[in-house]
Order: sequence, then C-alpha cells, then structure tokens
Amino acid sequence: MTYLHNRTHPTPMRHRLLSASIIKVLSLICVLLAFPASALSQSLETFEQRVTEHTLKNGWKFILVERPVAPVFAFMTRVNVGSAQEGAGVTGLAHMFEHMAFKGTPRLGTKNYAKEKPALKQLEQAYLTYQQAKFDPQANKQHVENLFKAFKDKQKAASQFVKKNEFGDIIEREGGVSLNAFTSADVTGYFYALPSNKVELFAYLESERFLHPVFREFYEERDVVMEERRMRTESRPVGRLLEQFTATSFMAHPYHHPVIGFASDIQSYTMTDAQEFYNRYYIPTNMVTAIVGDIHPKTLIPLLEKYFGRIPSSPKSPTLRTVEPPSTAEKTVTLEDPSQPFYLEGYHKPSISHKDQPVFDAIDDILTNGRTSRFYRSLVRDKKIAVAAGAYGAYPGEKYPHLWVAYAVPGRGVENAAVQTAIRDELKRLKTEDVTDEELAKFRTRAKAHLIYSLKSNLGLAMSLTDYHTLFGDWRELFRYIERFDKVTKADIRRVAKQTFQQSNLVVAQIETAAPPAQTH
Amino acid sequence: MKRLQLPILVLILASVGLTATPAWSQVERVEQLHYPPLPEITIPEPTRVVLGNGLVVLLLEDHELPIVSVSARIRTGARLEPKEKIGLAGLTGTVMRSGGTTTLAGDTLDDYLEGKAASIETGIGTSVGTASMNCLIEDFAEVVKVFVDVLKNPSFAPEKLAIAKNQLMAGIARQNDNPDGIVQREFAKLVYGKDSPYASQETYATVGSITREDLLAWHQKYYHPNRMILGLVGDFKTADALALVKRVFGQWPKGPEFTDPEVPYQHSTKPGVYYVEKNDMTQAKIIIGHLGLIRMDPDYHPVVITNQILSGSFGARLFSSIRSKKGLAYDVHGGVGFGWDYPATASFSMSTKTETTQAGIDALTEEAHKIMKTEPPTDKEVQNAKASLLNSFVFSVDSPGKVLGKLLTYEYYGYPSDWMTRFRNGIERVTTEQVRRATQQHIKPDQFVILVVGPRKGTASALARYKQVHELDISIPGS
Repeated sequence: MTYLHNRTHPTPMRHRLLSASIIKVLSLICVLLAFPASALSQSLETFEQRVTEHTLKNGWKFILVERPVAPVFAFMTRVNVGSAQEGAGVTGLAHMFEHMAFKGTPRLGTKNYAKEKPALKQLEQAYLTYQQAKFDPQANKQHVENLFKAFKDKQKAASQFVKKNEFGDIIEREGGVSLNAFTSADVTGYFYALPSNKVELFAYLESERFLHPVFREFYEERDVVMEERRMRTESRPVGRLLEQFTATSFMAHPYHHPVIGFASDIQSYTMTDAQEFYNRYYIPTNMVTAIVGDIHPKTLIPLLEKYFGRIPSSPKSPTLRTVEPPSTAEKTVTLEDPSQPFYLEGYHKPSISHKDQPVFDAIDDILTNGRTSRFYRSLVRDKKIAVAAGAYGAYPGEKYPHLWVAYAVPGRGVENAAVQTAIRDELKRLKTEDVTDEELAKFRTRAKAHLIYSLKSNLGLAMSLTDYHTLFGDWRELFRYIERFDKVTKADIRRVAKQTFQQSNLVVAQIETAAPPAQTH
Repeated sequence: MKRLQLPILVLILASVGLTATPAWSQVERVEQLHYPPLPEITIPEPTRVVLGNGLVVLLLEDHELPIVSVSARIRTGARLEPKEKIGLAGLTGTVMRSGGTTTLAGDTLDDYLEGKAASIETGIGTSVGTASMNCLIEDFAEVVKVFVDVLKNPSFAPEKLAIAKNQLMAGIARQNDNPDGIVQREFAKLVYGKDSPYASQETYATVGSITREDLLAWHQKYYHPNRMILGLVGDFKTADALALVKRVFGQWPKGPEFTDPEVPYQHSTKPGVYYVEKNDMTQAKIIIGHLGLIRMDPDYHPVVITNQILSGSFGARLFSSIRSKKGLAYDVHGGVGFGWDYPATASFSMSTKTETTQAGIDALTEEAHKIMKTEPPTDKEVQNAKASLLNSFVFSVDSPGKVLGKLLTYEYYGYPSDWMTRFRNGIERVTTEQVRRATQQHIKPDQFVILVVGPRKGTASALARYKQVHELDISIPGS
C-alpha cells in the first residue's frame, strides 16, 4: 500500500535479493569471481568509506552516505512496524497511520490549533458514543441516527480548522520529489528527495511528524482508504484471490490479514485506536533513517541531534508472540471468476534470518530469474503452457516465517492443472537432481553484478540500507550476505527443496473462469 | 576573593563551552527556516557526432561506477502498422531480441548475456523503436558487437515468434480482466477515433495473420543507421568509445531515405456519455476528457502550470477536494496531457465506490468548470506551482544517464537540445494571466466525453440522468 497512487501500480510484495531494482548492497570485502577485482572492489571500498552511522540517545539510528553526484539528497525512514503488529478488529491500522503521517502537526496543517485540539477531542467523543450505540443490538434506531448526525456535526466543526495537505505541499513547493510512503506486513516506510540546501527542512518535518502527529481528517481518510481497498483488492481478480490465499495460509499468525485491512475494520477503527497504535510502536528504537546524497555528516549530525533528539525515549514495543504452527494439511482456494485462469501455490518457509535464506535465494534465481531460468524454459519455451511464470520468496513479509509462492499465467486455452503439473515437476527436479555448476555460478555472478548496478540511486540506497538494518540489525550484513552465496552447495539446495516442497506444506490458490452470467439487458 | 573567583571562572568556562560547538537553534514554525543557496546547476553536455552512414551518436562520460549503458532510438512505431496486422511492430520489437541473430541462436544469446549479468533489450512502441544494452565496462567491446548484431541481423526464429504470439494472444484473452486496460483502450478510441492508429487494438485475427516474413520486412524497412540515434553513458573515455562505435557501426551501409506517412486521428472529440458494463467491481471508474496538446504548443508552459494546480501536488485542487475533503477517491487525476509529436489526451479521472458514481462525475466536471471559468487559477496557486517546478528542476538533471536519456528524446522528436533550459526559463516567465487564458482555451467541457466502467446495478442511477448513454461492446472478437 502506498499513500499516493503510483501509475505503475506497485505491489506490496517484494522480490528480495534477485531483482535488480530492489537490491541495494553497499559494500563488499570478499574477492568476486567473475569481475576484475580492482575496479569493482575499488568502487565498493569508496562507497563504504562514505558511510557514517550515528545513533541518538533515544535510540533513533541514522545511516548517512555521501554521494555528491548532484546537489540533491534522498532519505527513507523505516519504522519497524507493519500489519503483523495489528490485532483483531484493527486490521489495516498500520497503513492507516501511514496516511495520518501526512496530516501535519500542531504547527503545520492547522489554522488554529488552540481551537482545533478541543474540537478534535469532541469529535472523537461523539464518534465513540455513536459507534458504541451502533454496535449495540439493543440500541434504538432513531437514537443511533441522532448520534450519527451529532458525530457528523462535530466532524464538520473540526474540519474548519484544517489547512489542507500543508505538510506535503511544503515539501513540493521547496522542490521535493518522490514524496510517498508504504506499509507492508513487516514495516512502514516514509521517503522523499530534496535539493541539498534544504536539509533543515527534512530534519524539521521528519522529526515533527513523529514527535506530535495530529490525527486530523481521520474519518474522511477512512473513506479514502476504503476506496484504495476497492481499487487494489476488490476490483481486481488477482487482488481478490490473494486476499483469500493469504488468509487461508496462516491459521494463527497475523500475516493472515491484509495490509490494507478488512473492510469492516477499516470502517470502524477510531482515532483512539490509531493514537494507541502510534504510542506503542512509533518510538525511536523502532526507527532507522538513511540519508543519501550531497550531504555532510559533520554539519548534518548536530542538526539531527537537535531535531530528532527531541523525541523522548519509550519502553520497547510488545513483541509478537504468535508462531504459526507447522502446516499439516494441504489447502486449496478456488475462485470462480469472470476473468482468465491464474495459478499460484505457496509453501511455508522460515523467516529471513534463518541460515537457509541464501539457499532459498539460489532456488529463486535458478527457477525464476530471466529467460534462462527453469520456469521460463520449461513452462514458456518448451511446454508452451504459460506466458509468464515466477516466484515471490517473501510473501506477505519476511520478518516472520512466511511463504515461498510460485505462480504462472496460463496461456490461452490452457487449464490451471497443466501449469500446476509443470511447476511441481520443476520443484521435484530440485529435490532429486543436483543443479548445475553453471546455474550456481550464474546465481553468484548476477547477485554481485546487481550490487554494482544498484549503487546508482540515492533513494534506492536509502531503501536498501534501512531494509537490511531492520531485518538483520546491521546494514553491513548486506555484504556479509553476498559472501554466503559462495557457500551454498548443491546438497543444500536439494535438502531445502525436500524440506519445503511437500504436500502437507502447501496452499494452492487459483482463478477458474466462471461461465459468463446471463445478459442483463 | 577566593570565593568570588570560582563562579567567574565557571561562567567563563561555560560561555566558552557554549560557543565551541555549532548551535542549531531548531525552529518552531516551518516559515522560520532559511536555506543557503543551491549551487549553480550545470547540465552536462554530451559529445555529438554523425557518422558517414547517418547514425547520430551522443556520448557522455560517467565515472562513478564501472558500467556502461547504451540506448538507441529507431525511427519506426506501431502507429505505422497496416490495419490488418496490428501487433506487427510490437512483435518485431520483441522477437528481434528473443529470436537471436543469423549467427547466434536466441537461447545462446540468453545464456551469454545472463552469464555475464549483462542485458540487451529491444522494443517498438507507438511512435518509436528502442534498443538498450547494459554491461560492465570490461565487457563493453565484446557486448556491443552482439548489440549491433541483434539490431542488424535478427533472425526472428519461428519458434520464438510462436512464443511471442502466444503471449500476445493470452494478453488479448485477458484484456477485460482488469478495469484499467478497458478504460485506457476505450478512452483512446473515443478521443482519437476508433479507426485511428492511436487507438488500435490487437485482435486474434490481426495477430494470427502476422508471419515471419512480415517481421523481416518491417525490420528491413526501418532498421538502418540513418534512422537511428545512439546514446552512450558510462565509465569510458569519449574518444575510445567513439572509436569503438565507429568500428562496429561504421560498416553498416546507409539505408533509403523516406518520410513516414501522416497518422490519422480525429482533431476534435465528439462529446457524449459512454458506458462499459463490468460487474466484478465494487467501484466505478470514471474518465472525462478530450484531445490534449503537443509540447511544442505555444501554451505549453502556462498549461504545465494549470496541470500542477489541478493535480500536480498535495495542495492541488483535485487531490484536496475530491480525495482529502470529500473522501470520494484514493486515485484522482486531471490535466492536459502533452505528446512529443502527436497530441496526448486531456482527462479528469477517478475511481469511486459505485454508490458515488454520480457524485464522482459531478465532482470532476465541477473542478473542470471551476478552473476554466468560475474559480480560475489564483496568483498564489500560480506562484506555488512555479516554485515547485523551479525548485525541483535540479532533479531533472541529477545524473548523466538521465540527461542523456532526455537528449535522445529531444534528438528523436526534433526538439532543441536546450529544451530543459527553455523549460526552466519558460516556467519562470509565466504570468497568472497567461495561465488563465491558456486554461480557458485548452479545457473544453463542451467537448467532454464521459466514460464510466463499472457494475450496471451500481451505476444505473448515475447514468439515468443523461438523455443518451452509448453502451460500448468490449467483447473480444474471435473468442
């Protein structure tokens, strides 16, 4: 979920290390196989020298990278909270807070906070009263209607103090670009880029918005989020399928509910809910910010201390205790839908911190990366039953045990059963035959090449640095990670394939084309 | 004496301590922030050379990383396809790469490139053909030879053509699954006219009729160095890279000179209300508009400001009113689109729950009327829009690769190479009066087509208001 609608429709799922646009590895100390060591390691050493780390007393961590290619910089703040932190009744709240983070503060986005503050309090009181009556089966219908009207009156009264979208407006007026945010099952990210002379604007805004966000226009924004849900999930066939698939795959773990939230929750969570969520999770020890571009740590760090240091320390957030029990039953979700067939199957796998993650990365690369991949050559080229086939290894998140999902788009006139058989043949091959030396070499070469190609973007670097820091506790883990690829063996791949690709560990989801309904006119 | 000295000493030491470290006084209000000036922006200028065979070459050095990126533009486009063979240009673009060359099979080419973590990709869009190459600088000399081979000697291997056709066919079968595709295709037909190449649509029949000979003929007609522009950016010395380009491209003989025929499209949109039934949605998609403009239009800069005011930012009218205030939409957009050498579309669009279809149509038309008539752009709006565009200008030239990409585009469409600077100067000079006048001229509610895609049940009441609603048949021919 993103705050602004990107015309290219980003998905909430991410390809991990093997997508060129996502991997942003920063440095490397081992000798690389395919490349002349001098040019490559020199550029990487140079990059590492340009990184400065700084942690505030309150626990907020900053990773600064000097990359003076142009007089601009980009940043990303990654908060270690996602939809997995939500409980029943408030699904979608992490994403809702992401929207709230654009609504401003007591000093920004308001015409008169002294008057607005009590108006918002009264609004919330009116809403809670109305909501309680609404869900009370004994309540008198007229009474509920009256309370609803009272709530709407208070909503109107509070809205007169709003200076619409002042937060985003200022960023753009001062030349900011790429302004957006996203929420996933694991994390929430905020980012934009600014000309390099506006560093203090960044420090002001990005500390203010988390120091004292004001939840103005909360109930209006719930409607906006409902439209987002309708657009992404309800009005797209694969969107409908994925929601069912995800809920079926996780019995106990909160990964089972959608990041956008269920409709009834979106339409009933409150400002109070959002405030509690924010108090619990938006604390400095859960924040890491990477700033990349034409910056100067010597002058930037005191700035960060002054602005971000204002945020008080907080006790640690609660830890998620639920563990998804091992799957013992194969599950299938079949959606009869007017659209064309679509097939996917997911297998449970451990979290990204598990020692076998590099083996899964190798499996991903060999099965799905490019025209030489096994899925492409088997399903698309040779059997000619699919027009596309691939896998997501981090569904719906990766911080906790999750799913490895293979999918295929059947060709015209091809049944889902055919692509299912072909996918399973390839998975079986991984269990029974060794992969080739060429495949392993290509996997390592490509991962290392992506390292180089990925260094060319301030925002991309900021995203990757905060990503690895959040998942592994240290951005440097990126380069240690690449070293692990050299240690992945053919036997490892067979072992992990045998363990993972089992019937009892499997959830199938497919769209079967329903017969068209009778003409309505 | 002794007792007094100590506090004075402490005071002196304390004041020294205060001034020793830089003291940021953090501001309360954002208006209190002051910024140092941004350094002067210099836009890198590539070296431009025209070879004897007509190939135009642009070269720009970038030594940050040991990589090289090559981009080509070829004078061709899907808009030149014959009606019976819609899909031909796209297939040529795809299979030029996948089908390998006369000496290098497609699979071998795939293995070679992926083994080196290099890439070569080709394609043909509506108005231009493209080709690209990326690799480590160490592999440049070797991979660029393969790049020329792909452009000059594609084999269009039959089995690869079959795969590409299958993919197109599957795409046709799925073309009504998602509402976005329906909106795009049908709106283009309404704006450009259903017979215009700018609204053309592949069908099973047109794709089925395309043969390998067609691809060879298309390639033979358009792929010549005098119809190509080549851009190179990377970790090379200009002289070396130019010598390499001359070596590998220089022997390719010049091709025939000819101009492409005019591409027909209707020059004004016929107003009307149109509906497409799609029942597996909980929203209606609404799009309202008409023909847009070309960037060369004398009103380009003022209309860019209009677009910014309508939809270019958080403070923009559509976002603030229809999304933030009314909560009617997550995605809402509006503006007059600009094409390079043919007009884009002008449109106001949004998705809203079916119950508010009517409110959505009204909100969009109201905003259109406001900006062109009842609430024209204010001085403040124009100032803010100009500030956004001018302050963010630095991003449009923030890397050699980005600059080179833009220059390739200007070269291809016949725009002056200093277009970026002209843009900045043009925006600086725009006045509120110009913006108001241009808005009135180029947003024409009396020419609006209104297209609604959504469930019949939810949208019926919204559409009942109109005297005539044309229902569009989107059933896939030949299925």
